[in-house]
Amino acid sequence: MTTIAPPVVRTKGSSSSSGGRSGSGSVTWMALPAFVWFVLFGIIPLFGVLFLSFTTWNGIGDIEVTGLTSWKAALQDPGLPHALWVTFVIMALSWLVQTPMSILLGTFLATSKRYRELLAVLYFIPLLLSSAAIAITFKALLDPNFGLGAGLGIDALNQDWLGNSTLAIATLIFIVSWQFIPFHTLIYQGAVRQIPTSMYEASQIDGASRMRQFFSITLPQLKYTIITSSTLMVVGSLLFFDLIYLLTGGGPGDSTRTLALEMYQKGFQANLMGPASAIAVILVLVGLVLSLLFRRLGGRADESQLEGV
Amino acid sequence: MINRRNFLGLAAGTAGAAALAACGSSGPEDKSGGSSGGGGGAASYWSLSGEPGEPIRTAAIDRFNKANPDTKITPTFFQNDAYKQKIKTALGADQGPTMIWGWGGGGLKEYVTSNQVEDLTDWLGQNAAVKDKILPSSFGAATVNGKIYALPIETVQPIVLFYNKKVFEKVGVQPPKSWGEIMALVPKFNEKKIAPFSLGGQSRWTNMMWLEFLLDRTAGSEVFDRVFAGEKDAWSDPAVLDMLTKIQDLVKANGFQKGFSSTTADSNADQALLYTGKAAMMLHGSWSYGIQKADGGNFVKDGGLGWMNFPPVEGGKGDPSNTVGNPGQYLSISSKASTEAKDIAKKFFSTTLVDDEEKAGWVKSGGVPVLKNSDSLFTGDDAAFLKDMSAIAGGAKVFAQSWDQALSPTAAETLLDNIAKLFQLQVTPQQWVDAMNGVIGK
Repeated sequence: MTTIAPPVVRTKGSSSSSGGRSGSGSVTWMALPAFVWFVLFGIIPLFGVLFLSFTTWNGIGDIEVTGLTSWKAALQDPGLPHALWVTFVIMALSWLVQTPMSILLGTFLATSKRYRELLAVLYFIPLLLSSAAIAITFKALLDPNFGLGAGLGIDALNQDWLGNSTLAIATLIFIVSWQFIPFHTLIYQGAVRQIPTSMYEASQIDGASRMRQFFSITLPQLKYTIITSSTLMVVGSLLFFDLIYLLTGGGPGDSTRTLALEMYQKGFQANLMGPASAIAVILVLVGLVLSLLFRRLGGRADESQLEGV
Repeated sequence: MINRRNFLGLAAGTAGAAALAACGSSGPEDKSGGSSGGGGGAASYWSLSGEPGEPIRTAAIDRFNKANPDTKITPTFFQNDAYKQKIKTALGADQGPTMIWGWGGGGLKEYVTSNQVEDLTDWLGQNAAVKDKILPSSFGAATVNGKIYALPIETVQPIVLFYNKKVFEKVGVQPPKSWGEIMALVPKFNEKKIAPFSLGGQSRWTNMMWLEFLLDRTAGSEVFDRVFAGEKDAWSDPAVLDMLTKIQDLVKANGFQKGFSSTTADSNADQALLYTGKAAMMLHGSWSYGIQKADGGNFVKDGGLGWMNFPPVEGGKGDPSNTVGNPGQYLSISSKASTEAKDIAKKFFSTTLVDDEEKAGWVKSGGVPVLKNSDSLFTGDDAAFLKDMSAIAGGAKVFAQSWDQALSPTAAETLLDNIAKLFQLQVTPQQWVDAMNGVIGK
């Protein structure tokens, strides 16, 4: 995911910054360039894929419309439920690891102190690297024969990180978290800074402890940010491809084969474009359902979090 | 800018795949396809990049272009895996090159059924001198339904068992002469903390070589021939179960290095294990020799590398002279190319690709050419290796093509997938057979 969504925490005086609503028709054209690109590279290919899912095509010859054949083939393949399961395991675990870490780090970095700003810069570094570079680097470091463990002679580091089914998933979660926690930390840092200090001052007068402040003020105030960040994490995890492809290739066996990899393998390695397109459609549907679900979780859009402030 | 064909390419994939196709939208044909040069003509040629092949391929094209100043062949080189995707997308969008480089077998058959490549049978009939220069055994994988659709080029690459002589000396054991001896060697190497075999298991086709040899040695080449012919339940042969069990026994006995299933062959990590002495043996294609020589320091020069044909299995029915591998590389002519471009390609086929310089170039790279009478060129450091490879390739009663190349891409993918699971002990031999019977003839 490369879109950086602004924190959803709303401030009372929202006249200048979130002006879209009041500015109305006159600036709608500004959305046009983005809209055109989105239609060209998002919507139209989507219909192309939908069409292909009702055909039989090896990618080279003629495209034959064959009705539901490809859908049947895709849905009857035992690889599909397995890939769905792997996708959800990776999604759930990476959310479980990333969210608490990001909230804590974001809250920690929100206070402006010199050393924390320095740390913030350091934490940010993984975000500057491409997934492919990260994958290749970690693959080399984790190699049981030539990697970090063998090089430094530390046996504990010398595990079969990517060749053991359970360890491979755990390693993937670790690398994904390493890569994306900085991004979500950034979101939370911004959101925490937007919480009015008067709330903390008031609670201090009431004698609330730091811990109590965190759970009763910070966390509830972060509700919308948590939803935004979780949506990005969950929908983003559907699209992990480069990282997994380069690290494990979906292996060992099929232990880390997610939907995206399953689609690639069907389409571009087995030359079954029809079933691959059907999987792609399923991938889109899962993504849509998940983001709708998270929107629902957010509750009514006009709900205020700052009543009485 | 965005024409309909590119669009098709985009629509073919989604999400991540769309990015791949988008990168591929600028067909290199743009550079060569425009036959603007008056009188002469142009043809394009796509092949693989990297040592040792690329310089020899470039040299051949330079030679042809120099000898034929009126015409011009423009080469474009791609990395192995990238090429496989790229050529498919390009052919699907009618943006392919005049000359299509490939591995023959099932992949070529798919081009044929999609009417993408020229039938060369008649042309080779008229130009018998060209055909006579090439080893007859190399034409098998170029033939689909009795017709020849590609010219065998470059080198013959049998798969052989490589071993590190220094490691064998250190442990005080002899190279194995049978499957029983292989299994007996495994604990001896493990005791000394040396991996008995190096295997780039993540690449999957590396694992497949073990199945190919073990099945051939136990039951002969006929079992796979039946699979290839599309016979129903052809995998349900007791020899297959026996072979699969043997493989899982080897995995369970720690026959391969720790983490073999995450080692990739593309990065040559499997080769490194052998020349650094972390592993004792490796089953690999003959091209491995060139890699060991280039990357292994003095390893090959000092006589550290040994090689042999895969040893027989006790009581097995297969001929121990049989081998598996690539009987050649293949060059086809696109049926979509202009007549002019096709003529240039044919001229290239009948002159440069079968000339002595071409032969010498491949020998120098450490390969056995598909061109006949090259034994006299085997001199210098590599002579012993080249002679042995030539003897294995020439003396084989059956030189079978690698399974994944022989089968259709769809069946090959299921095969590789199940082989990876077999090595991971995720499926039993019986489950493997059932899964593979399901895709016979597909």
